[in-house]
Parts: sequence; C-alpha cells; structure tokens
Amino acid sequence: MTPPSIFDPHSTPAHVIVDYTTLVLAVCGVIFAIVTGLIVYSIVRFRARPDDDGREPPQVYGSNRIELAWTIIPVLIVIVLGLTTARTILALQKNVPPPGSLAVTAIGHQWWWEFHYPEYGITTANELHIPVSDPQAPRPTFFDLKSDDVIHSFWVPQLSGKTDLIPNRENHLWVEPRTPGVYVGQCAEFCGTQHANMLLRVVVQPPEEFEAWVRAQQKPAAVAESASLGRAIFERTACVNCHTVRGTPADGRFGPDLTHLMSRTTLGAGVAPNDLPTLREWVAHPDSLKPGVRMPAMQLESEQIDHVVDYLVTLE
Amino acid sequence: MAAIDGPAAASPPREAAFGWTHVLHEWVATVDHKKLGIMYITSGIVFFAIAGLEAAVMRYQLAFPDNDAISPEVFNRLFTMHGTSMVFLVGMPIIIGFGNYLIPLMIGARDMAFPRLNAWGFWMFLFGGLLLYFSYFGSSGLYGAGSAPDVGWFAYTPLSGKAFSRGNATDYWILGILISGFGSLSGAVNMITTALTMRCKGMTLGRMPLFVWMMIVVSFLMLIALPPLTAAQVMLLFDRYLGARFFDTQAGGDAVLWQHFFWFFGHPEVYILIIPGFAYASEIIPVFSRKVIFGYAVMVAATVSIGFVACAVWAHHMFAVGMGKGVNIWFSTITMVVGVPTGIKIFNWIATMYGGKIRFRVPMLFCIAFLIQFLVAGLTGIMLAAVPFDWQLTDSYFVVAHFHYVLIGGLLFTIFAAVYYWFPKMTGLMLSERLGRLHFWLFLIGFQMTFTTMHVQGLLGMPRRIYTYPADRGWEIWNLITSLGVVAQGAGVLCFLAAIVWAFRRREPAGDDPWDAWTLEWSTSSPPPEYNFAELPEVRSRRPLWDLKHPEDPDWKYE
Repeated sequence: MTPPSIFDPHSTPAHVIVDYTTLVLAVCGVIFAIVTGLIVYSIVRFRARPDDDGREPPQVYGSNRIELAWTIIPVLIVIVLGLTTARTILALQKNVPPPGSLAVTAIGHQWWWEFHYPEYGITTANELHIPVSDPQAPRPTFFDLKSDDVIHSFWVPQLSGKTDLIPNRENHLWVEPRTPGVYVGQCAEFCGTQHANMLLRVVVQPPEEFEAWVRAQQKPAAVAESASLGRAIFERTACVNCHTVRGTPADGRFGPDLTHLMSRTTLGAGVAPNDLPTLREWVAHPDSLKPGVRMPAMQLESEQIDHVVDYLVTLE
Repeated sequence: MAAIDGPAAASPPREAAFGWTHVLHEWVATVDHKKLGIMYITSGIVFFAIAGLEAAVMRYQLAFPDNDAISPEVFNRLFTMHGTSMVFLVGMPIIIGFGNYLIPLMIGARDMAFPRLNAWGFWMFLFGGLLLYFSYFGSSGLYGAGSAPDVGWFAYTPLSGKAFSRGNATDYWILGILISGFGSLSGAVNMITTALTMRCKGMTLGRMPLFVWMMIVVSFLMLIALPPLTAAQVMLLFDRYLGARFFDTQAGGDAVLWQHFFWFFGHPEVYILIIPGFAYASEIIPVFSRKVIFGYAVMVAATVSIGFVACAVWAHHMFAVGMGKGVNIWFSTITMVVGVPTGIKIFNWIATMYGGKIRFRVPMLFCIAFLIQFLVAGLTGIMLAAVPFDWQLTDSYFVVAHFHYVLIGGLLFTIFAAVYYWFPKMTGLMLSERLGRLHFWLFLIGFQMTFTTMHVQGLLGMPRRIYTYPADRGWEIWNLITSLGVVAQGAGVLCFLAAIVWAFRRREPAGDDPWDAWTLEWSTSSPPPEYNFAELPEVRSRRPLWDLKHPEDPDWKYE
C-alpha cells in the first residue's frame, strides 16, 4: 500500500491544500536558503585564523537602516501569506452542506467509528463507503462530526485535513473524491488506551457500485436457519446490550452495528483482518487483539464460541 | 522549612559541623542565589535524564511496526510523563536556575531581591516534581486503576475528567504541576524585582545585558501565563471531586474551554522556554565573535514585542477544533507576525558574527547549530500557522518534529552552550573541550536523525501519540532512523555528563574570565564569593569589562 501521504491527494480539500502548501513551502524554502547561506558565509568568512594578530575586530553597534529593511521585508511576506491563507480558509471551511451532497454522521467512540447515512437509514462502522464525485454531477460528502465520549479527530490525509469530533458539539467536514480506491486514516487526537488502533478506511466507489452497497446494507440481517443455535446464544448473552443486528431483537447501541458484519474487511476498528480464525479469537479474547478494548470476553465455552461465530459469519 | 532555617547558612558554620552533613546542611538550608541556581540546574539535568530515558523507551517501541515491547497503557504514561517532565521539570528549572545564578552577577547585585522566597520557590518546584513522580508508586492500588498520569501533557478534557480517567493518576499530574508552578511564579516575581530594583550604580535599563532584559520578559510571561493554568487545574480538580461541571461534557460542560485555558498558558510557555535560549545566545555569540551585539535596542524591542504577541496566539493549537473562519484567520495571521521579531533576532545574531573573528569553542558550536535549527523551527512554525496546511499537520508527527526543533534544537542546544560557557564561572573549573566537541557532534547527528525524519512521518500521515502502527503504511524506515538517532543523542549526553565528572577530577582552573568576556559576572572570582562582589561595581556602558580592557576605545563613547 502506498503511504497515506498528504502530497498524494485524491479529493478536493486535500488537492486545494497541496496547491496552497506549495506556495508556503516555496516561501519557506527561499527564506531557509538565504538565511542559512548568510550564516554559513559568516562563519566561514569570519572565522578566527591561526595567524590572527589578536586584535579585536571593529565593533559595529547596529544600523537602523538595516534593521528597518529586515523588518519590512518579513512584514510583506506575512501580508502575502496571511491573505492567501485567509482566501484558502474561506474556500474550504463550510458549515452548510454543498448542494447535492451525501450526508454522513460520523460519531467517535473509544476506540471505533460509527457512521450513519440518514438519507438511506443505514449504519456501519469503521469502514466508510462514499461515492466518487463526478464534476458533471457533483456528489460531495458532507460530514456531521460528533463524539460519544472524549475528543477524537477524523483524519484521512489523502482526502482532507483533520477535524475534531467533540462531545456536545457538532463539527463539519466535506470531501469530494475524484478517484475510486481505499484510503486509510485514523483518529488523530489522543483519546485513551487504544488511540493507536482507532483506524479508518474510506472506500471511494463509482456511483453505481456505491448504490449497490447501500442497497445491500439496507436489507435486514439474513438469518440462516443453520445458525439458529449461535443466534440463540448471541441473543441470550450480553452481546445484545452493545450490538445491533437489524431484523433481530439485538438492538444495543454501545458497539458497532453487526447487521452486515461480514461486509467489512477488518475487525476492532482496523486492528485485525476480518477472517474466520481472527473473528473467533476476537469473540473469545478481544483483549488479546486490542489490549484495553471496551468489549469484554464473554466467558463462553469453546463450543458456544464456535456457534456464535457460525452465526456471525452469516451476517453478510 | 528551608526558608525558615535559611539564616543558619549565613551564620558561620559551627565547629562540630564538618563532613557531608555539613555540606548537606549548607545546600539544603541555603538562600544564596548561586547555590539555588546550581540546584535548580542540577535537578533539571536529573529530570532531563529521566525524561530522556522515557523517550528512549518509546522510541524502542516505535522502532518497528506492530511492536509489542510495551503495552499501550505504559506507552501512554511514558509520553505523558516525558512531556510533562521536559516542560515543567527540565525546561522551567533550568531557565530559572540560570536566571537565578546570573541576574545578580550581571547587574552587580549581591543576591536576589527575596532570597528566602527564592529558596521556597526551589523547594516547591522540587517537591512538585517529586510528587508527580511519586505517582508511579503511590497512585496505583487506591482505586485499582492507573499509575503515572496517562492523559497527555495537556490533559485534554473530558479524557482527564473523572469519567474517563479513574483513580488518582491525573490528580498527581494536577497537583504536581500546580505546586511546581508556585515555584516558577515566585522565581518570576524575584527575577523581575531583582532586575528592576537592584542594579548597581550606572546600570540603567538600557545598559542591562540582553540576558537580563530577556529574563524580565520571560518572568512577565510567567506571571501572565501560569495563573490561568493553575485556575484551570483547580477547576478540573473541582470537576473531579466536588461535582463541578466546567469541563464535564456528560453534564453539559465544555471540552473546548479547557483547551483555551490550557493554551492560553501553553503558548506563552513556549516563549517562556525559548526566550532564555535567545538570552544565552545573545551573550555567547558576541563573545565568541569578538564583537558587540548588533542592534541592542532592536533586540530588546523584538523580545518585548514577542512577549506581547505571545499572549495572542494560543488558539493556533486548535485549528482542528472547528472554530469560526474569522477566528482561524486571526490566529493564523497573528502567529505569522511572530516571525517578524524572531527573524529580526536571527538577523542581528548573524550581523554580530559578520565581520567578527569567530572562535569555534564548544559554546559557540552549540549556538551556531541553534541558529540553523531554530530557523527551521521557525519556518515549520509558519507552515503550522498556515491553517489549511495545519489541518493536515496538526497532531501528526510533523508537529512533534516542530516543537522538538524548538525545544531541543533551540532551547536545549543553547542550554548546553550555556553550561559550557558558565560552568567555569560556577565551579572555577574548565570543561574538557575535547569531550565537549564529541558531545556536540554526537548530539547534533542524533538530533538530526531523530527529528528531521519525524517531519516525514507526519507528512506521510502518522499521527502522534500512537503506541504502535501497522506495517503497511510506509512509515517503517523513517521510524527506524528516528529511533536510531536516540542512540547517538544518548551517547552525546553521556559525553556531557562525563565532561562534568572529568572536570571535577582534572580540576583545570578556569580563572576569573576564561572567555575574555565583557559582562560583570566575569569581573569577580570563579566561583564568586558568597556576596559576589567585594565592592559593588559601577558601570558606564553595556560592556563594563570591555571598557576596562580597552580604555582607549570604551563603549560608552558610542552608546
């Protein structure tokens, strides 16, 4: 995978930021070259020589004209940078959804992400699906950012800069991706024990593919008869206090929605791949994969765990 | 306690009091500004070694992806204790220590204005720091939760509230810092009063060494910045124990309010820490360039204006919290404005070197590295002030690189310069030039490996404060280089400690004025007698010793 570099943008705010950044870097680069050059020149040219006569060099106490020059030039640079910055802030910071945008509510939890799509009535976790925005028919995504507990920060470097998710507040962020792909990011504000494993994946899809994904997510859980034993155990234990499986009595809200668990590629907010052995380990000992995770081990018998996993893998 | 016993140190030692108990009593009970200054600096160096080891353990954990050398809980405690210690228990005491030691000597006074307050301040700082570290032993077990604090050095609410930070670890953070803060406040009051009221005859404000001017600005900044932090910490304590609701978001409190309080302290704090670095450089660069400082009055004006602007930039730490556009634009612009007086200083230091005869002794080597590194720190500061860029950079490793460039590349390098420069005055002994050079080069290489690469991790999307990272992000090689740099830095610091130990064994006498310098501290013996000057000096210019050494061409003709 290529690194999630901020200089490899695939969406509008990140693009604009790179363009703006180029100017800032150029100005800073020129200043660095000039000042470092002056320093190096001074220390080479005016080093004490071995054949020094021991007399003190001429004492120069200052010069108002020179001081004025190196005050005014930086002031001019600040004015240019300040105006450019103001213009870019005004262009990028939006508090109302742009027309035609897809609304997504992102809620930060210790240590996972919850995503609601109010238009479609679907909820998912940790892996966000959004459509590519076609310049002919723009479809940006506009986020309402909230937190359920402490402060988190939403950061997918290739799509946009970061914005915090703060309890009792609602922040906003928008992206307008141009190229399909999977973009990784993670929580950027320290939020407790597992801050490091509060990872994010954004799947940017062509519109048709995205619509197909939405339709699949809208369906209630397909509960296979063969998994009824595992389902019974799941619904008898505390699993249902935290997890929702739409179409069944499980309607807990503290943990990720599991209705379409198997449509996701990772577990525990990206800490491990979502495959059968790892899923089993996760149900049996979540703490071994993600130390400090809020999900407790349910103390089930090995056989019961097998049944629960058999049930979970049917949630496609 | 120490302050009450203080006068004992001034009275002649009793006949029976010999050996180490006597020495111990002399140091514990002292109210002498020089002894207190040395104790401040020494305890700062001890905490520096501890906090540096904490960083080394973190870098060991981060050297490889998916490493599980230490648990997330331990890692979170390490970076909290590392940051808190480096700011409050290393930076603060060392700068106050040098201020304490040097201000009376530089202005021709016999002690600080309030010697007992001075001792009180030192012991408050030390016990505050020890209280913080006692959390490693004392804090676990009471509620079965926590050990050392683990909420980060800025302890953002609501993470530091009772709901998310159970046990007592955060309370140790609050009380340890609060108590050592009283030490800093008393130090600030003392330095201001001393510099304003106890100058020797002829030393007008305009003739004070730049060091003293800068420490006055620093002291005022402490008086402005520390009380809001103390207030916010008391409010947090009220939240945690008395059911107050300032920051408790579950009861309608405001999480962002804490950030405003904290950074209203936190940003001036950055200047509190870096201006002393300017102060050391402003004394050392002229002496080793053999030239008077270029633009004395402008240097003073630049320092004072940095002091003012420092109080108006705090929210540039908060561009990602969703402030309004106008607020973002204001804090962005005003932050860039800081670059103007700071740039003036850099230009003045270069102009001081320009046309001189530069001697590359160890203090000067550290100052030259400081100039370039601080330039980089300033430029990355401009990048972070550029709000849209900051939306990408904030809370990433780029920020970590930036502030380590400020505090290590800027402050620590000048602290090393200051130790090599004033150690002969404090002890009467020279530090080994050879070990000093080895220290300089090892530390420089290590610093560059560790912190220059950190910029790259940040640009590649690595957030700070993560205890581990997946192997597929392209961060591995950079993190490995960063961690290897720690080895070179550690070796450099060992050379530094070895140079100090070696100096006491070798006992090469320094003489009163080993650097052929110009300020008053070099006119008395090394180490200075208890009352500094047998006869209080009288000055006619900013460089009284230059006037003495060059009666044909004295400064006062030109100032």
